[in-house]
Amino acid sequence: MSATLEALSQILHKHLGDRLRSLKIAHDEVTIEVDAADYLSVMQTLRRERELGFEELIDLCGVDYSAYGNVPRQTRRFAAVSHLLSIANNWRLRVRCFCDDDAFPSVPSVTSIWNVADWFEREAFDLFGIVFPGHHDLRRILTDYGFIGHPFRKDFPLSGYVEMRYDPEQQRVVYQPVTIEPRETTPRIVREATYGKAENA
Amino acid sequence: MPELRNFTLNFGPQHPAAHGVLRMVLELDGEVVIRADPHIGLLHRATEKLAENKTWIQSVPYMDRLDYMSMMCNEHAYCMAIERLLGIDVPIRAQYIRVMFDEITRILNHLLWVGCHGLDVGAMTMVLYAFREREDLVDAYEAVSGARMHAAYYRPGGVYRDLPDRMAQYRESQWKSAAQIKPFNDRRSGSLLDFLDDFASRFPKLLDEYETLLTDNRIWKQRLVDVGVVSPERALQRGFTGPMLRGSGIAWDLRKKQPYEVYDRLDFDIPVGVNGDSYDRYLVRMEEMRQSNRILQQCIDWLRKNPGSVMSDNHKVAAPSREAMKTNMEELIHHFKLCTEGIHVPEGEVYSAVEHPKGEFGIYLISDGANKPYRLKIRPPGYVHLSAMNEMASGHMIADVVTIIGSQDVVFGEIDR
Repeated sequence: MSATLEALSQILHKHLGDRLRSLKIAHDEVTIEVDAADYLSVMQTLRRERELGFEELIDLCGVDYSAYGNVPRQTRRFAAVSHLLSIANNWRLRVRCFCDDDAFPSVPSVTSIWNVADWFEREAFDLFGIVFPGHHDLRRILTDYGFIGHPFRKDFPLSGYVEMRYDPEQQRVVYQPVTIEPRETTPRIVREATYGKAENA
Repeated sequence: MPELRNFTLNFGPQHPAAHGVLRMVLELDGEVVIRADPHIGLLHRATEKLAENKTWIQSVPYMDRLDYMSMMCNEHAYCMAIERLLGIDVPIRAQYIRVMFDEITRILNHLLWVGCHGLDVGAMTMVLYAFREREDLVDAYEAVSGARMHAAYYRPGGVYRDLPDRMAQYRESQWKSAAQIKPFNDRRSGSLLDFLDDFASRFPKLLDEYETLLTDNRIWKQRLVDVGVVSPERALQRGFTGPMLRGSGIAWDLRKKQPYEVYDRLDFDIPVGVNGDSYDRYLVRMEEMRQSNRILQQCIDWLRKNPGSVMSDNHKVAAPSREAMKTNMEELIHHFKLCTEGIHVPEGEVYSAVEHPKGEFGIYLISDGANKPYRLKIRPPGYVHLSAMNEMASGHMIADVVTIIGSQDVVFGEIDR
């Protein structure tokens, strides 16, 4: 692990203190987790504090943890994950914030801190149904006009629910229930940690 | 007095200057744009969701189809993310090949950009020249992968195969005589590296030719200078990366600042703009092509001198050779597991970014230890740049909207994903 990451984690501890839920360093990247209640103030500190200097929000996305791994889930279902970049200090940070309510996931909007979050939050709302209070224009962005559901949730089937075709009798495009069966050519397998080790034979 | 109302205009989705399927609702006051609202998603294919239902390797060709103008750079970010999660090393020769093809891709992308941007703004000749040179570079794609666009050449652990010793030749036909095809075949007489070397030696001269057409052209400057000005502060707020950020005067390039593969061994410069307008972004991209050509030449020199393996020898990730598979039991097992189940990537998450021709292209991967990604998030540069459309276009004339779309260099494969 490099000295830069060590320095970054110390500065994070110094400025965020109790608001820091956890801090992990893996694959040369720093990940912090914060509560939804502290999220906005943490992001403000990360942007405004000179020592941290995260001028750019590189990415913000939703994650649905409902089907993670083989074991029953310990965490909340939805999270908003942001990737920040500091150009002045040349370092990156990942911030994860779990939504408190699984049925109505919500995380404060960071559009006032980084304007770029606008479309990223619209996308996370569209695909995962995470609501961002404080966002001035939370419309769907990638899916069709009038789309129902949040397609990137793990319980949304890959083939979807409706399909579109041209109806020659009505002479217009109509929606109908999907006629294709979902199929899986390679099953999803999570091997146990000891799989393939000779001493377990 | 009659009531005055702003005029709302639908720009696209079938507009030739929309660079794909962009629908933009423009609110106009006379000819001045008051508000621009891009509607995207008409090309949405849910690549990220599809990737969650495919094995790790099966998603590599999907990456080509994101930004379909810079195919190999997309693959690069994806393969690099998997390699970092797996913790495997890529052979040095494969790293040089990747860097070489990244730069070829950058030239390909910028050539298409300068041609189409020219078309949008009214310089009709440019696209013909640009496509002439693109032809040679897509031939290089074809020589290594068999495909002129969707290469699927990079794989986790290296590249699919080593550079070929010979190039495909043109054949005489009823349309082309032997005399006509001779100059083309002369260039293709040697190996791929000879062919690229020939290209790299010709290319700076050709770039000068393009610049005589555009750089000091009065019409070109009237259309581009002071159009779509973005200050450095606003560029950071809007998350700009790549030429868009450099055009605004911030010297930020991942190849220099957070070098990946072998970029730290290569010698090249980063062009930076001053005014942050469309013309500066044009100049930055033109200079980037020259720098890419320099990198290309350095890679060719190195690759000529240093033969070696181009794929990791970890056969839990990279398929073993056909010969080894047929003679060795262990390799047969690896081959069987790879073909039926695919690779298993240890639990964890990683964000890997490359300096894509359009900006920072990032792949955020979450693995729960399965043979498929748990979550794949693509960070598309064009998506971010297009989101600044309202800000950049407001207050400009309607004709400038086309210039701004052009200078953002958007491609809908990556924006809609």
